[in-house]
Amino acid sequence: MEMRMRRRLEIAAVLGTLGIFAYAAWTGLVWAPPDREMGDVQRIMYAHVPMVQMMLLSGTINFVCCVVYLFRASWKTDALAEASAETALVFGAIGTTLGAIWGRPTWGVYWAWDPRLTTVAILLVAYAGYMALRRFVDDPERRAVWSAVTGIIIAVDVPIIYFSVKWWKSLHQVQSTPRTVDPQMVYALRWNITAFFLVLIVFLVARYRIALAARLRETTVPEPAPGAQQVVA
Amino acid sequence: MRRPGLLASTWVLFWKDLLLEWRSRARVNALVFFSLATLLLFSFALGPDTALLRRNAGGYLWLALLLSSVLALGESFRVERENSSLEGLRLVPVDTRSIFLAKGIANAVLLAALGVLLVPVLVALLDVRIVLSWGRLVTIIALGCLAIAAPGTLYGAIASHARARDVLLPLLLFPILIPALVAAAKGTALVFEGDPMTQFPSWIALLGSFDLLYWGLGFVLFPRVVEE
Repeated sequence: MEMRMRRRLEIAAVLGTLGIFAYAAWTGLVWAPPDREMGDVQRIMYAHVPMVQMMLLSGTINFVCCVVYLFRASWKTDALAEASAETALVFGAIGTTLGAIWGRPTWGVYWAWDPRLTTVAILLVAYAGYMALRRFVDDPERRAVWSAVTGIIIAVDVPIIYFSVKWWKSLHQVQSTPRTVDPQMVYALRWNITAFFLVLIVFLVARYRIALAARLRETTVPEPAPGAQQVVA
Repeated sequence: MRRPGLLASTWVLFWKDLLLEWRSRARVNALVFFSLATLLLFSFALGPDTALLRRNAGGYLWLALLLSSVLALGESFRVERENSSLEGLRLVPVDTRSIFLAKGIANAVLLAALGVLLVPVLVALLDVRIVLSWGRLVTIIALGCLAIAAPGTLYGAIASHARARDVLLPLLLFPILIPALVAAAKGTALVFEGDPMTQFPSWIALLGSFDLLYWGLGFVLFPRVVEE
């Protein structure tokens, strides 16, 4: 009975997230006015900004999990670390691609060696390495410790990458122009940030469960099938 | 029996690594020829434009060192994996962190020697001139090799026990080394081209903070990496 209630609550939460996501997409794509200079292209921002923010949030969650794991080992922390690294990778990859699509008509190029852009791109490659490490280590305990160490090393690198890229291209710095932002745009952006945050939570919970189930399967000794001969090694 | 101190055991282990290197010499030879081949490849890939090659020489030096470092780091833990030498080392009553320090410093020394060796080749091959002092060049090579060695030793220990270790090590190491690569290549370029804006100290500072951070992190985290 309780299982059924929980299932219904979960379905309601996912449907609610979808509803808020649809409303947020409508505010961004239809309701908010087009940008005076960039026109409709600017609407990409309503997805790009929240996705990159969610990537940074996932990365932060991953870092916290990695530190916590080294102090207090638990499969739950390890599973959450795996889930957050993967959501960081997904949100970051799509967010960066959207940024490049926006950059082409606005800056004239898909890619600029802007410190923030480059830092996010390097982080994506680093998290891809982190996920590869998780795939290539079979012993779950070693995998958990090693990926925790790797997660910390990646997170510590973020400010240094940012500064190095900033200095690297200090000769022609991209000028960020502060503009007055229309309140309708702020409203649409806020809704989209909320929507993507909820999507992130749904993804994290789903991925966390898969990771935890995989850990439990790996760490529990399978019971011999009925009638099977016990093999003594 | 008194436990040997951190520095004493680090020194002994460091000496052991160098001795091992010296006795076989196969790894050193392979590294020298590999890095030379890399420098030649860069030159041929970019064409015979001497001015362009000279301008990019700093970058080539560090790319050659970075690519060689993957071989060096992989080898440095392969010799420990064979005959389970690392297990043997851990049974000795010494601080595990001294294994990290010894291996890290040995790798850094090896790479720095390689870097210094490559400079005359750059001078001959790419017509590079050392405008700033030799001292500054050696400083940036030393700091850059220390920067590769700290996370490299940590990741080398991890990758040596994983599947597909040859793929895994560069996959883990290269992204986080980008700031060190930027600083080292820029600093070396300044040594070759001259430094009218006195940017050299800021690159040294960036490289130095990278070193401090990752040597500290490796020192703290290494025992967890090799624990059973």
